[in-house]
Amino acid sequence: MNLLVQLTYLSPIIGGLLILGGAPARRTAILATLIALISAFIAFFAYDRITGSYQFLAALPLVPEWDLKFSVGIDGLSSTLLLLTTVVALSAVWVSPTVEEGANRYYACILLIAGGAAGAFASLDLFFFYAFHELALIPTFLMIGIWGTGNRQSAAWKITIYLSIGSIILLVGLIGVYLLPPVPQRTFDIVKLQQLASSGVFSGSGSKSIYLLLLLGFGILVSLFPFHTWAPQAYASAPVPVAMLHAGVLKKFGLYGLLRVALPLMPEAARHWAWLLLILLAGNILYVGLATIAQKQLDLTLGYSSVMHMGYVFLGIATYNIIGLNGAALLMLAHGLSISALFAMCGEVRKQTGTLNYLDLGGLATNMPALSFAFGLATFASIGLPGFANFASELLVFFGAFKNSTPGASLNEFQIVGVIALWGVVISAVYMLRAYRAIFMGAPQARWQGVRDIPVKIRWAVALLIAALLVVGLAPRTVLDAVEPGIRIFVK
Amino acid sequence: MTIPPLCFELFVLALGILLLLLETFSEKQDRKIFALIGIIGLAIVFFLLQGSSPGPSGMASYVVDSVAIFFKKLVVLTTIVVLIMSIDYADTIKRFLSGPSAQSGLGEFFALPVLTCAGMMWMSSAIDFILIFVSLELVTISFYILVAYMRRNANSLEAGVKYLILSALSTGFTIYGITWIYGVTHQTNLTQIEHVLPNIPVENQPGLLFGALLVLVGLGFKIAAAPFQFWVPDVYQGAPTPITAFLSVGSKSVGFIVLLRVVQAFQTLPAVGNRLITAIILLAAATLLYGNLAALPQTNFKRLLAYSSIGHAGYLLIAVAGIGAPDSGQAVVVYLAAYLLMTLLSFLVLVIVAAHGEGDDIVNFNGLGKRSPFLAFGLLVAMMSLAGVPLTAGFLGKFLVFKVAFETGQFFLIALGVVTVGCGFYFYLKVVRAMYWQTSSATAAAIPVSRLSWAAIAIMVILIFVLGIFPQVALGLLPS
Repeated sequence: MNLLVQLTYLSPIIGGLLILGGAPARRTAILATLIALISAFIAFFAYDRITGSYQFLAALPLVPEWDLKFSVGIDGLSSTLLLLTTVVALSAVWVSPTVEEGANRYYACILLIAGGAAGAFASLDLFFFYAFHELALIPTFLMIGIWGTGNRQSAAWKITIYLSIGSIILLVGLIGVYLLPPVPQRTFDIVKLQQLASSGVFSGSGSKSIYLLLLLGFGILVSLFPFHTWAPQAYASAPVPVAMLHAGVLKKFGLYGLLRVALPLMPEAARHWAWLLLILLAGNILYVGLATIAQKQLDLTLGYSSVMHMGYVFLGIATYNIIGLNGAALLMLAHGLSISALFAMCGEVRKQTGTLNYLDLGGLATNMPALSFAFGLATFASIGLPGFANFASELLVFFGAFKNSTPGASLNEFQIVGVIALWGVVISAVYMLRAYRAIFMGAPQARWQGVRDIPVKIRWAVALLIAALLVVGLAPRTVLDAVEPGIRIFVK
Repeated sequence: MTIPPLCFELFVLALGILLLLLETFSEKQDRKIFALIGIIGLAIVFFLLQGSSPGPSGMASYVVDSVAIFFKKLVVLTTIVVLIMSIDYADTIKRFLSGPSAQSGLGEFFALPVLTCAGMMWMSSAIDFILIFVSLELVTISFYILVAYMRRNANSLEAGVKYLILSALSTGFTIYGITWIYGVTHQTNLTQIEHVLPNIPVENQPGLLFGALLVLVGLGFKIAAAPFQFWVPDVYQGAPTPITAFLSVGSKSVGFIVLLRVVQAFQTLPAVGNRLITAIILLAAATLLYGNLAALPQTNFKRLLAYSSIGHAGYLLIAVAGIGAPDSGQAVVVYLAAYLLMTLLSFLVLVIVAAHGEGDDIVNFNGLGKRSPFLAFGLLVAMMSLAGVPLTAGFLGKFLVFKVAFETGQFFLIALGVVTVGCGFYFYLKVVRAMYWQTSSATAAAIPVSRLSWAAIAIMVILIFVLGIFPQVALGLLPS
C-alpha cells in the first residue's frame, strides 16, 4: 500500500528523467501518468476514512539532529488532491500537441511539474513539502518561455519572479514554524508538529507574525488579491498542459498548505488574521471578478476567472468551521477539474481558429458541436450549477460563512463577505456565458470551414475531467467523507 | 597510520616545486601533462585528508580541527577543478604569451595554482595572526602573477595591476589592525587573545575595536564584501577564467575561515565582539544589496558571476553575523561547499563554451540547449543552485543561512535576503533564458568536451543534487 503513494510522485518524476535520457516521449509520459493515476485512485479508496489519521506512512530519516525525514503519507485531504493531480496530469499529457522540436524536453517538463505537485501533496515533512512544490518552478519558466504564445517572455519572467519571492517568504515562515517550539521538540515532521500544537507551543507571541508570513507566502502562490497579477497573463501565455497543471493543481498547493500547516498549528493566529483574509478574498471575488468581465480574450478570461474562484476557497478557509473547510477542500478539487477542462478546450479553439479574441470568433458551434457541448458543461460547472462538484462545494462555503454568527446578532464580517461572494456567482455567470456566446453562438461563418471538431485524444481527456466533475457533484460524500475526519481533528 | 599534520602542505608545496622543475628541465614535454601530474598529486592529498582526523598539531599557531580539515579538502578540490579548467584554457593562454617556443610559460600556469593551494591550506589551520598574514601573502602573491598571466592581453594586465594595488592596500589594513590588536593584548595568537580579552581594561577597548575593524576591512577585500568590492568585477573579468574561478572560490573560502576564527575569538569580550557583529551586519546588508542589484543589468557572464560572488558573500556574512547561534559555523561551511560546487561548475562550462565561441558574453550561450544539451544542463543545474532552487546544494545553504538569521533575530537581514533572492532568480535565469529560449546565431555546431571536463561536470552536477537532497552528507562532513 505504501508503494501506491510513492508511485503517485515517483512515477512522473522517473518518467520525466527517462524521457530526458531519451525514452520515447509521449508514450512514456502517458504510461507514467497513468500509473500515477491508478495508484492515486486505489490509494484514495483504500484509505481508511474512520479515524482521519495519516496512513500509508513511510519515512527515510535524513538528518536526525533536526528531525528531518523524507516522509510521505496521506490523509483524506491529500489523497483527494493526489487524485486531482494525477487526473489532471494524465489529461495534460494527453492533450499535449505534437511538438516539432525538443519533444523530450517538453514532456519531461510536464512530468516534472506533475511529479512535483504530487510530491508536495504526499509529503509529511515541511522541508520536502516545500521543496517538491519548487520543483515546478524552472520547468514552468522553460515551458512558457519556449513553447508559450503571445507575450510569453514577460509572462514567464513575471510568474517566475513572483512565485520565487512568494516561496522565499513562505520559506522564512516555515523556518519560523520549525524554530517556534523549544529545542528538543523541534521537528520538520508535519504529523508531530500537529500533535505539538495541542500543547500550545505555537500560540506564543511569535505565532501571529509567523502566520502572517505563511498567509502571505501561500497567498502569493495562490494568487491572493492583490498578489494575483502574475496568474492571468501566465496562464494565457502558457502552453495548454502547463496552464492546466498550474491553474488546476499547482495553485492548490498554497491552499493545501494553509489547511495542512497554518490552520492546524496556529488556530488562534488564524482567527486573529481572519479579518485580513476576508478583505483580501473579497478583492479576489469582486475586483478580479469585475476585471474578468472586462476581458476580451478567452485565455485571459479563464486566467482571471481562476484567480477569482480562489476567493471562494479562501472564504471557506477563513470561516474556520467544519462545513466551510469541507467546502474549501471540495472546491479545490472541483475547480482544479473544471479549469483544466476549460484550458484544454481553450487551447483547441486557439489551435483551430488561430485566435481567442471574442470579436473575431463566433458561430463555432456548427463546426465544433462536440467541443461546444463539452465547453458548455465545463462552463456550467465553473459557474456552479447544480449537478457539478463546484455547486456542492460553493454551497458548503456559503453555509460555512453564514454559520459563524451568534443567533439574534446583526450581520458579522463573515456574512457580509458571504453576501459579496454570492454576488460573485452572478459575476462568473456573466463572463462565462458571455464568453460562450461570443465563441460558439451566432450564425455559422464561412471562414471556419476548415475548422474540425475536437480530436479524439482531447475528447477523452476532457471527458475524463467532466465525468469526474459530475461524479463528485452528484455524490460529494465520496470526497467529503474522506476529508472531513481530518478536518474535525483540528477544528473543535 | 596517521600522517603528521603539516605533511599535507609540505607535500603540496613539493608538488608545486616539482612542476616548476619539470618546466625547466623537460622542454619538449607537452605541458598539459604537468597539469595531469598536479591533478593526480592533489587527488592523492585529498584522499589522505579524507582519512585524517582532528588532533593536536604540536604547534601553537597551527591547529588541526575538523573545520581546518574540511577547508583543506575544499581548497584541494577547488585546485583540482581549476587545473582541469586550465587544460581547457591552455590554448587561450598561449595566444597571449610571448616566448621562444609555443609552450613556454605554460608550465608555470599549472604550477602556481598548486603553490597557491598550499598557502590556502596553511591559512585554514592558522590561528596566529603572524601565520595568517604569511599564508595570506603566499596566496595573494601567487594571485598577482596568475591574474596578470596573459602578458599580451591589456585586460589581464589591467586586472593584475588593480588587484595588486587594492590587495596591497588591504594587506596594509590587515597588518595595521594586527599591530593594534597586538598593542592592546600583547598577543598574536588567537587562542591567547581569547583568554586575555576578558581582562582588557575599558579604556583600551576602543583600540582593540579599531584593530579588529581594520582586520575586518582587510578580510572584507578578500571575501569581496561591499564596500570593499571595487576590484572584483574588473579583476574577475580580466583574469584568465580558471584564475577567476580560483579567486572567487578559494580566496573567498579561506577569507571566511579566517573571519570566522577572528570573530569567534572576539566573542569573549562582548563589548567589542558585539560591535564587531554590528559591523558585519552592516557589511552583510551592503554586500547583499550591492552584489544582487548590480548583477541585474550585466550582459557579460564573467561579470555576472563576479557580482554573484559578491552577493553570495552577503549571504555568508549573514551566517557569520549570527555567530551566537549554535549552527552558524555549520551554515557557513555548508554554504561554502555548495558555493564551491555551483560556482566552479559555472566557470567550467564557461571556459569550454568561451573557448569555442567569440567570448564570454551571455549572448554566446544562446541556443546552447540545442547545440550541447549536456553543457546546457550542467549550467542549468549550476544556475538553479545559485538561485537557490530546492533540492540543490545552493538551497540547503540559503536555508541554513535564513535559519541562523531567524534564530538570532536578524529580521532586517532576512527581509533584505528575501528581496535579493528574488533578484537572484532574475539574473541567474537570464543565462537559462539564453540557453533555452534563444536560438543560436552562427555557430550551430556542438561543442566538443574533453573526457576529463565531462567527468568533472557530471560529478559536480550529481554532488549538487546529493547535497540538496541528502543534507546529512554535507553536515556529516563537519561536526558542529
